[in-house]
Amino acid sequence: MALTLDDVARIAHLARIEITDAEARRTLSQLNDIFALIAKMQAVDTAGVEPMAHPLGGAQRLRPDEASETIDRDAALRNAPAQQDGLFLVPKVIE
Amino acid sequence: MSTSLARGWETVIGLETHAQLSTRSKIFSGASTAFGAPPNTQASVIDLALPGVLPVLNRGAVERAIRFGLAIGAKINPRSIFARKNYFYPDLPKNYQISQYEIPVVQGGTVHIRVGDAEKVVTLTRAHLEEDAGKSLHEDFHGMSGIDLNRAGTPLLEIVSEPELRSSAEAVAYAKTLHALVRWIGICDGNMQEGSFRCDANVSVRRIGDPKLGTRCEIKNLNSFRFLERAIEYEITRQIDLLEDGGRVVQETRLYDPDRDETRPMRSKEDAQDYRYFPDPDLLPLEIQPAWIEEVKATMPELPEARKRRYETELLFFPEDAEALTSSIEMSEYFEDVLKELKKRTDIKYGVQSPDQANAKSAANLIINDLVQLMNRTETPFAESRVSPVQMAGLLARSFDGTLSSKLTREVLARMWAVAEQPASRSDPNLADLLIEEGGLKQISDAGAIEKIIDEVLAANAKSVEEFRAGKDKAFNALVGQAMKATKGKANPAQVNEILKKKLASG
Amino acid sequence: MSRHTASLAELSRQLRAKQVSAVELAQAYLARIEAHRDLNAFLDVRPEVTLAQARTADARIAAGDATPLTGIPIAHKDIFVTKDFTSTASSRMLEGYMSPFDATVVQNLGNAGMVTLGKLNCDEFAMGSSNENSAYGNVLNPWDKGAVPGGSSGGSSAVVAARIAPVATATDTGGSIREPAAFTGVTGTKPTYGRPSRWGMIAFASSLDTAGLMTNSAEDAALVLGPMVGFDPKDSTSVDRPGEDFSRDLGKPVKGLRIGVPKEFFGAGLQPDVEAAVRTALEEYRRLGATLVDISLPSAELGIPVYYVVAPAECSSNLSRFDGVRYGHRAKSYGDLNDMIAKSRAEGLGAEPKRRILIGTYVLSHGYYDAYYIQAQKVRRLIADEFRRAFEQCDLIAGPVTTSVAFGFGEKAADPVAMYMSDLYTIPGSLAGIPSMSIPCGFGAKGRPVGLQLMANYFEEAKMLGAAHQYQLATDWHARIPEGFR
Repeated sequence: MALTLDDVARIAHLARIEITDAEARRTLSQLNDIFALIAKMQAVDTAGVEPMAHPLGGAQRLRPDEASETIDRDAALRNAPAQQDGLFLVPKVIE
Repeated sequence: MSTSLARGWETVIGLETHAQLSTRSKIFSGASTAFGAPPNTQASVIDLALPGVLPVLNRGAVERAIRFGLAIGAKINPRSIFARKNYFYPDLPKNYQISQYEIPVVQGGTVHIRVGDAEKVVTLTRAHLEEDAGKSLHEDFHGMSGIDLNRAGTPLLEIVSEPELRSSAEAVAYAKTLHALVRWIGICDGNMQEGSFRCDANVSVRRIGDPKLGTRCEIKNLNSFRFLERAIEYEITRQIDLLEDGGRVVQETRLYDPDRDETRPMRSKEDAQDYRYFPDPDLLPLEIQPAWIEEVKATMPELPEARKRRYETELLFFPEDAEALTSSIEMSEYFEDVLKELKKRTDIKYGVQSPDQANAKSAANLIINDLVQLMNRTETPFAESRVSPVQMAGLLARSFDGTLSSKLTREVLARMWAVAEQPASRSDPNLADLLIEEGGLKQISDAGAIEKIIDEVLAANAKSVEEFRAGKDKAFNALVGQAMKATKGKANPAQVNEILKKKLASG
Repeated sequence: MSRHTASLAELSRQLRAKQVSAVELAQAYLARIEAHRDLNAFLDVRPEVTLAQARTADARIAAGDATPLTGIPIAHKDIFVTKDFTSTASSRMLEGYMSPFDATVVQNLGNAGMVTLGKLNCDEFAMGSSNENSAYGNVLNPWDKGAVPGGSSGGSSAVVAARIAPVATATDTGGSIREPAAFTGVTGTKPTYGRPSRWGMIAFASSLDTAGLMTNSAEDAALVLGPMVGFDPKDSTSVDRPGEDFSRDLGKPVKGLRIGVPKEFFGAGLQPDVEAAVRTALEEYRRLGATLVDISLPSAELGIPVYYVVAPAECSSNLSRFDGVRYGHRAKSYGDLNDMIAKSRAEGLGAEPKRRILIGTYVLSHGYYDAYYIQAQKVRRLIADEFRRAFEQCDLIAGPVTTSVAFGFGEKAADPVAMYMSDLYTIPGSLAGIPSMSIPCGFGAKGRPVGLQLMANYFEEAKMLGAAHQYQLATDWHARIPEGFR
């Protein structure tokens, strides 16, 4: 099964990556090569196999409910592309 | 009862409720969850999703989910999975939300609701743990929005009901019951203004008798019971109008605008959502051992539903009184404390009813009818009542032993409320006695004294006496009124009645 | 013996004997870094920071408060965030980014007294096999400046090969330590997944990312690994095990050791020069008394297809945070909010991360999730199970690291699939999460180094390092230094 240009446009939008038509065409052929490689795995019979989400089994470790972190807002905001009054600024958010 | 039924339509509603869990720290970071701090001062490097950070789950959040599961009789999954819900939004710092998808921590369970005289059992689908997003502030920053991530990472329990609600009234009753429950078991402060408890309503309509569900719309972020009711009402009418005009309901996410009292499509949700859920590789499966559940169970309070039934069977309360007293944990605990204080007292005489029943009913009436009114007037929460349970018991004792009539009891309560503004009075256990003494508010129960007053009243109201004898029953009440007025309301009303009747008959 | 060719143990001895100070050592390495800037291996060097750390180390040594690593210089792959140096993941997206905290690995080594020389170039977000995907230019292979140093830890492998850092941290997701180690003739060690903390490692594929080391010997690796790894409450997937002495098996002869040789690692595609060097190395083990056992890992060849579903899926989500809102590159001109994010990402991210984000977005999207992601996780389990069964027959597994020696710049850059095949032999172990390493075992075409891969069962790093050390006692491939760096 091959991807189409529409697929590339759709996933680029979902991933919020602007892509030109020329890039999309180039990407399309690369992605299809990669998916041809991936197809090898799809033919494998995996009936009854438990998916492996993680190399090590076991349970999630929890932490105690303690407000233990000290916050350095200036350090956090230091890398912000745009900020004012302790807020990160972005183009207007529409709900 | 509702217009939709009259128009031949049935409404189908399911609610998704987000309850902010009352943990000290966030669900995946050690930042504080306190509300109202300056922007981004409670956003840790984890909440800001800086490069290289990792989430570590807060045990307190899981414990609260277990409490909820126990409270609704649900299955608590021994193994549940955290997943990433991927979508871009500037107040979602990682651009994915850690939530639970395929296997939630709590599955099933029921909530009992009451609408008017009807009781209904609502089935819950699930409840799962997830993190809250931050906030976009729309004040004008040179045409830009400001992002505050203090709320990002606050633990939420998303509680999903089956689509079993059939009217806005049922939806509100369900939401209120749930609200009382999460506060009751101490997992959420229920502060709706601060967004600690908010609902999304899935609403659809179908022709009565149609087995197929209609297309639904989701109304997001309803943070008051009134908005919930108004939004659903608007949406029902909108959908019926649309369908009756031959249109079709489009499945979409809508927002309720309280200023215009209408719902409208959410613009930010325009494109078809594809959340690309997958298990969060930073978090192994959450395992909850039976021992942990037992540990939590041992700390569970008596639940509102059980307490309500107990009031009905043991204390012989009317269902509506039992309902009222268990509508909030604070009121119910206050009532329980008053009962405990009454039991300790040795200065109470009882009539034919068992002490428990008599005490309970009088206490309940005084709390539901009078104390609540005083509290509402001053917007005081129960936990901060100016009249303590000990003082309330002291007051009730004077009512039971006949020192105070019911009218005087209310009068003394009002005075207690007023003077208790001073801290010294607030802690005085004998405040009722003090005020009765001070105000000379003791009920007059001395038969001789009452007879003397009645004689004077009869002498001064010959006209009423005549009218009574001519068969006008109303005149009797006028005479009682005069007698009470003459004693500034302190005469024992039963005695006044009795003596007056005797006098009129003999005279 | 000149200091840049000394073992870490020797450096440690000289430091504590005050034959050299940490400051002198740091200055010597800073001078070598300066002299070999053409390798383009460092992205950030701050001598004032390095020398301040060295002075602290000297004070510790003077106070008798030193660990065996105090005063020894180290360079960190720019995937680890650091407070005192920029942390860019070799991406334009994070140009100039200053982290408010140190990665746990950096902190652990700092606590041991190691002195940071700077941050190392790598493939952008650790995605690549040649270091050609860095936004800050290619790193040259010290053995042949026309050859790639491997990737993604190309800066780490190059500086250790060139002896301009005695040791470097690296990260391995599908082979990013072992492949560059093989290409540059150094010892690259990837411990068991979950042993080192991932806190402060800029995430690529969370279920695979593992911190490790580039060193000049297994002995050096064993010395640094202990302080580097360990339980970290900030990483809930980090393994809670008692500390270990990873040097404990260094002196253990390999006599009687059963070394599994998977036939699938010697199939078509393996270049004769690499095969010859690897077979000679296996023969050396046999000579040393080990037994070679033929084993089979039939699903190993599915590693690449599985990896190119799992890793892109996780990376598509992990890299979503780079949106130009809180930090990182923001486009200069844009329309609305979505446009700002899409343009910032288009400009800030390079071709390879974008390609993998798109693959990952696709395989996770509605309707494809089961066929791709779930199926990949199931095949991942099959691969891991085969390793588990193999380790019932043998103590270690050995084979080639790569199909060929280091290739030239641009040879594979235009063909992602050809590039992806570079990790054919390293990916299976990454998917299983087992420890593995590359040790130098000779030279192939054009005089470029060849690596021998050793793999061990979960948490058996000490056994693996011991076997590697025994080989290095018997051979001197690891001690060879490229011309111009001696």
